[in-house]
Amino acid sequence: MSGTARIPSTGQDWPSEIFAVLENYGVRQAAFVPDGGHASLITRIQQTGKIRAITLTTEEEGVALAAGAWIGGERSVLLMQSSGVGNCVNMLSLIRICRIPFLTIVAMRGEWGEVNPWQVPMGSTTQDVFELMDIRVLRADAPPEVESVMKAAAAMVFDGGTPTALLLSQRLIGAKTF
Amino acid sequence: MLDRRHVVVTLLADRKNLVVVTGLGSSTYDVAAAGDHDRNFYLWGAMGGAAMLGLGIALAQRDIPVLVVTGDGEMLMGMGSFSTIALQNPPNLTIAILNNSLFGETGGQPTHTGRVTNLAQVAKACGVPNICEIDTMLGIAALAGNIHDPKKGLTVADIKISQDLLPRVMTSRAGAVMAERTRRSLGLTPG
Repeated sequence: MSGTARIPSTGQDWPSEIFAVLENYGVRQAAFVPDGGHASLITRIQQTGKIRAITLTTEEEGVALAAGAWIGGERSVLLMQSSGVGNCVNMLSLIRICRIPFLTIVAMRGEWGEVNPWQVPMGSTTQDVFELMDIRVLRADAPPEVESVMKAAAAMVFDGGTPTALLLSQRLIGAKTF
Repeated sequence: MLDRRHVVVTLLADRKNLVVVTGLGSSTYDVAAAGDHDRNFYLWGAMGGAAMLGLGIALAQRDIPVLVVTGDGEMLMGMGSFSTIALQNPPNLTIAILNNSLFGETGGQPTHTGRVTNLAQVAKACGVPNICEIDTMLGIAALAGNIHDPKKGLTVADIKISQDLLPRVMTSRAGAVMAERTRRSLGLTPG
């Protein structure tokens, strides 16, 4: 059997709330290696066409893309799974050295109810990896707080110029079952 | 075999609104040797990221031609980006690979391109619409005639250059200053 074990729905469409914040901040480039936790947001981006959807082959491409987007005058966001954060580490040098207003939204694996142990090494170190590379970390654990945390992250990045990662906890997006 | 500095000087001659991104290592020195410019953005790290950084600029500035000048070693580290870039297919982006089949910065160890890997064919297989393999200055002149036109189509050029190691030409390594400089030249407000 496969599916997701989600906490009871509150009826809140938090992916749409994230999308609305991206739209309000004028984000024009959304790069991603897909994750189930981002599926709804990615579909929204692809369907509305206001934000360019950029499918990556590996996550660090999105870090370099974000630097280029900023230099070229567009705001961007990188969507990825926690396992992809490890792929980004050296490329995050760009963010620090070039002071890029970098926003990433990370769907967490390897924490709440994870049954694939291969996700745990990276999932359990995601926050530390970001902080070691000078990226601030905010976290949303439940649907009612997603919108406010997303707004806070976007303000830090686009109004304050502080590179920030928003972690969407596995408890929020649901543990994958097999 | 072509002289890398001569190649780059020819590509950048009479540049107008072109933005240039360099891959770390000798490519940065070659572009610096051709003359510093507000629209040069030099990488001193982030290996494998030059082409993707160029993509970000090209998508943001559709009317401005963007040229990535990098080496075969740097490009090998970001080969997947050929697929990512081909999917976006920005007509204003050219990636010029200065290919000497060496990791020049680290002692001249051979790269994969001298033995087994053809980067132009890799780019083609990834879906890049225009590819060329160049080993004459006539070919460079033809490429130079295209890169300043933002409508000429996404292009990857694999340029066979001499293995001579040339003197370094230094640039600023202050990434934030360089990024701001290029932004300002594009008419963007300070971050």
